[in-house]
Amino acid sequence: MAQSLDRLRESPSQTAGPYVHIGLTPNFGGIGCVYPTDLGATMVNDKTKGERIGLRIRVLDGTGTPLKDALIEIWQADADGLYNSPAEPRGTADPNFFGWGRCPTDMDTGLCAFETIKPGRVPFNDGRLMAPHITLWIVARGINLGLHTRLYFSDEEKANAEDPILARVEHRLRVPTLIAERQGDMYVFDVHLQGEKETVFFDS
Amino acid sequence: MPAESGSTRRPETGAFFQRDRTWHPPALTPNYKTSVLRSPQKAPLSFDNTLSEIAGPVFGHAMLGELDADLIHNFARPGESALGERILVYGRVLDERGVGVPGALLEFWQANAGGRYRHKRDGYLAPLDPNFGGCGRTITGEDGFYAFRTVKPGPYPWPNGPNDWRPSHIHFSVFGHGFAQRLITQMYFEGDPLIWHCPIVRGIPDKAAIETLIATLDMQATIPFDARAYKFDIVLRGRRASRFENRLEGN
Ligand SMILES: [Fe+3]
Repeated sequence: MAQSLDRLRESPSQTAGPYVHIGLTPNFGGIGCVYPTDLGATMVNDKTKGERIGLRIRVLDGTGTPLKDALIEIWQADADGLYNSPAEPRGTADPNFFGWGRCPTDMDTGLCAFETIKPGRVPFNDGRLMAPHITLWIVARGINLGLHTRLYFSDEEKANAEDPILARVEHRLRVPTLIAERQGDMYVFDVHLQGEKETVFFDS
Repeated sequence: MPAESGSTRRPETGAFFQRDRTWHPPALTPNYKTSVLRSPQKAPLSFDNTLSEIAGPVFGHAMLGELDADLIHNFARPGESALGERILVYGRVLDERGVGVPGALLEFWQANAGGRYRHKRDGYLAPLDPNFGGCGRTITGEDGFYAFRTVKPGPYPWPNGPNDWRPSHIHFSVFGHGFAQRLITQMYFEGDPLIWHCPIVRGIPDKAAIETLIATLDMQATIPFDARAYKFDIVLRGRRASRFENRLEGN
C-alpha cells in the first residue's frame, strides 16, 4: 500500500423529489410566510445593462410529456461577458445583475419563464471566445443527479459556429438540441430528457 | 443581489476535480420507477470546466432572516412551536481536499414529525402540523460550519412499489463556490432500518457512499432537556490549482 491522498469523496446526489418547492421556492409552493421572496425569482432591475430577453423553457420526458414538477436554475454572464462571482478574474460584473435565476416549472403547463438579459461572450480556456450561452441545471423527481447543459441562441449563428464546446459535439445532428429558437424578444427551448431529440447533457 | 462573500480568503479560480459518476446513483435506477422516463440515455459531453462552470453566485448573510435556521419556530404561531422530536443538525461543508467551504448557501426541506409535507401534492393521511412549514436555510461560516434546529421528520409511504416507505430524511441543496459544485442530496438518520429498503437510497451503488449520507447521533452536542444532535458533513467537488495564477492552491 502506498500513502493515502487524504481526499474525501463528493457526497452522493439524491433526487430533489416531488416537494422541492418547499425548500427552494416556498412562496411558489404555498408557504408564504417564511421568506419574503423566492430566491432567484427576479434577475433584472431598471439599471441592469443589456438587451432584455425572455426564456421559455420546458423539460420533456421520454414520452414527450412536459415535467410539471421540475426546477430549473440558470447561470450566466452579464452583458459584457463578466460573471458576478469572486472567481471572475477579468473584472467586476454589472452590480445590477446577479447572473443566477431559479424557476419551478408551472404545475399545469410545465413552462418555465425567465426574464433576463442576453449574456456577452466569455473566453474559453485557450482565450478564444465562446458563443453567448446560459448554463442550465435541472432537478426533479426521478432525476438522480442534477442535469447540466447550456442554452445557446439561434440568432448567434456565427458565434455558435466557432464555439469550442459546440464544436465538441460529435454527432452534429445533436447540436440543435442546445440552441434556443428566437421568437420575437423571446427564446424558446425544449429540453428532452430522452429519445431521438435527447438534449446533449454535460459532464464538466 | 451581490453581497459580501462569506470569506476573507483569496478566491480560488481553478477547475474542479472530475466528478466520479460511479459514486453517484446512475440516471436510470429502474426500482425507482420515475427515473425510467426521466433518465438521459446518451453519454454526456465531457470537457474540462470553463469559467462558466468555475464561477458561481455568492449569497450573503444579509439575506437571511432571524428564524431561517429554526424550523421549530419559523412557521409557528407566536409562542408556539412545531410538534415532534426536537433536534439540532450540524456539520461542515467541505470539499474533496478536506478544506472547509465558507459562505456556502444550504437550503433544507422536510416532512413534519408525522411524515407529511406541507405541499398540495402530498395526500398522505398523516395530519399537517399548523406550526410546521418545513423549509429552512443558512450560510456556512468561515470554516464551513453550519447548524439548524428542527424536528425529526417522520417516514412516509410513497407511490412506487405497492408498499414503499421513505426513511426519515432531510433534503439538502448546496451552493459551493462554483456552479459545477451545485448539489442536491438527502440526509438520513443513524439506526433507521428503512434506509436499506429504500429504492431511492439503493440507487447509490456503493454501500460506503450511502453511509456518507447517514447523520450520526452526537450525544455530546445535545442541548440537555431541549434537543438531541445529529452531525452531518457534506462534501463538494475539490478544486485544482488555478489556471489563472501559476501557484499551487492547497492541493
Ligand atoms: Fe422527501
